[in-house]
Amino acid sequence: MSDKVLYVMYDDDEVLKNSAKQLVAKGVKINEVFSPFPIHGIDPIIGVKNTRLGIMAFLYGLTGLTLATVGMRFFMIVDWPMNIGGKPNFSYLENMLAFVPISFEFTVMCAAHGMAITYLLRNKTLPGMPAQNPDPRTTDDKFVMEIRLSENHNVTEAELDGMLQEIGYLELDKKEIK
Amino acid sequence: MAINRSAEAMTIFAVFMAGTFPLIHMGRLWVGYWVMPIPNQFGSLWVNFNSPLLWDVFAISTYLSVSLVFWYIGLIPDFATIRDRAKKPLAKKMYSILSFGWSGRAKHWNRFELVSLVLAGLATPLVFSVHSIVSFDFATSVIPGWHTTIFPPYFVAGAVFSGFAMVQTLLLIMRKAMGLEAYIHTKHVEYMNIVIMVTGSIVGTAYITELFISWYSGVEYESYAFINRATGPYWWAYWSMMTCNVISPQLMWFRPLRRSLLFTFFISIVVNIGMWFERYVIIVTSIHRDYIPAAWSMHFPSHIDIAVYIGTIGLFFVFFLLFARFFPVLALNEVKTILKGSGQSYKESPDYHKHH
Repeated sequence: MSDKVLYVMYDDDEVLKNSAKQLVAKGVKINEVFSPFPIHGIDPIIGVKNTRLGIMAFLYGLTGLTLATVGMRFFMIVDWPMNIGGKPNFSYLENMLAFVPISFEFTVMCAAHGMAITYLLRNKTLPGMPAQNPDPRTTDDKFVMEIRLSENHNVTEAELDGMLQEIGYLELDKKEIK
Repeated sequence: MAINRSAEAMTIFAVFMAGTFPLIHMGRLWVGYWVMPIPNQFGSLWVNFNSPLLWDVFAISTYLSVSLVFWYIGLIPDFATIRDRAKKPLAKKMYSILSFGWSGRAKHWNRFELVSLVLAGLATPLVFSVHSIVSFDFATSVIPGWHTTIFPPYFVAGAVFSGFAMVQTLLLIMRKAMGLEAYIHTKHVEYMNIVIMVTGSIVGTAYITELFISWYSGVEYESYAFINRATGPYWWAYWSMMTCNVISPQLMWFRPLRRSLLFTFFISIVVNIGMWFERYVIIVTSIHRDYIPAAWSMHFPSHIDIAVYIGTIGLFFVFFLLFARFFPVLALNEVKTILKGSGQSYKESPDYHKHH
């Protein structure tokens, strides 16, 4: 199905935010916003939900803590208990204090790397991925809203043009995609 | 904002260099992976999780890898900026690979901000843990002069102290060479000097506490170790350390001095030398006098020792200069956020007109 996409460009994040607010109030769905830096307050306007990566970081941290505990218990207590200077390794709890530093480090390591890898995978930002911003200036100093006609059945293209004319913009680019 | 990117780069390259020393001292580089608990055929022999040396393996590898990831995730949007501005095809290709296809979507920025926040939150306790654990290498031993409970906070303060001094040294040159005067202000330098002054005072307090406790403990060996440091054959190292680390940062109490770039540069070099002497004093003076007088000796570095040390400085600068040449040394997207967030209101404030 062919679709038409409107790229509306601004040179200020506040102006874009105001325009987005007005468009959304008129029932237009804004599909995406491309910006050179995070625009604070844009997410609720265009309906982007807050990320849950923080919860994932916590879960990865718990995984790390569990792995460290199970691992050290196996290495030091079960598989090869050492007797260093008359201080034998009888049980995990008795030797707990010596295991605190590594438990902490491994928890942090798993939380950080787990979250970072999830972040890159969810974003689909990986080495060799092609850039998807519609205009190279959006990583510099321009801000672009993407509006897809296929997801805006309640307005026609002409109506949308009228609205944008009224609200104002810097540049308007239209693209047909198949 | 203006400093973090290059400070993180220095951290990472410095940890690379720090990592080469234990590898060299293993003697057999190729078995370096034995420090990891890897299933093996030596009768399923494991590394010793009770040992501070193994804690250090985990602390340093976590610190290095988490810093690296934090640094790189911040770099991705900036690489995208360079990618989209690059004119030459090779540069475009290279930055395209480095930027991982970043497009600056709203959802991605939402995630980016949270990931940056959480990683920063995870990296901050790591600064404390890594230096505490390094100090455990000494503090859990029985060598007089090392066996002290003040070591963890003292090493953490010392790390912040020398870290800020190194950032001052390199950033003041970089600011001049790369024309970053508009981003790195006298105010940044002044604030960093205050941190140097405070942490220098903490380090000074730790030195004096150590000295007091060695006498107050009543342990003959401990008090000897400290008297020997100050008056023994290595008195010059001890007093160089005291002058560079305790006295010189106190000059930062004077506002004109801590706002002078030339003076800051000078003091940062002095602090770097002082912190080198600190490690020298801790290691050499404590082990040149053993419990057995037959083991008493002096330390003379071989030309290999000296070459290894100079070599790591050289390698550090290879990495750092490559970074300065090819990577964005300022966090571009953060600069833009802050300029938009506070730039306008800053310009309209009465303060702005007073200073310009």
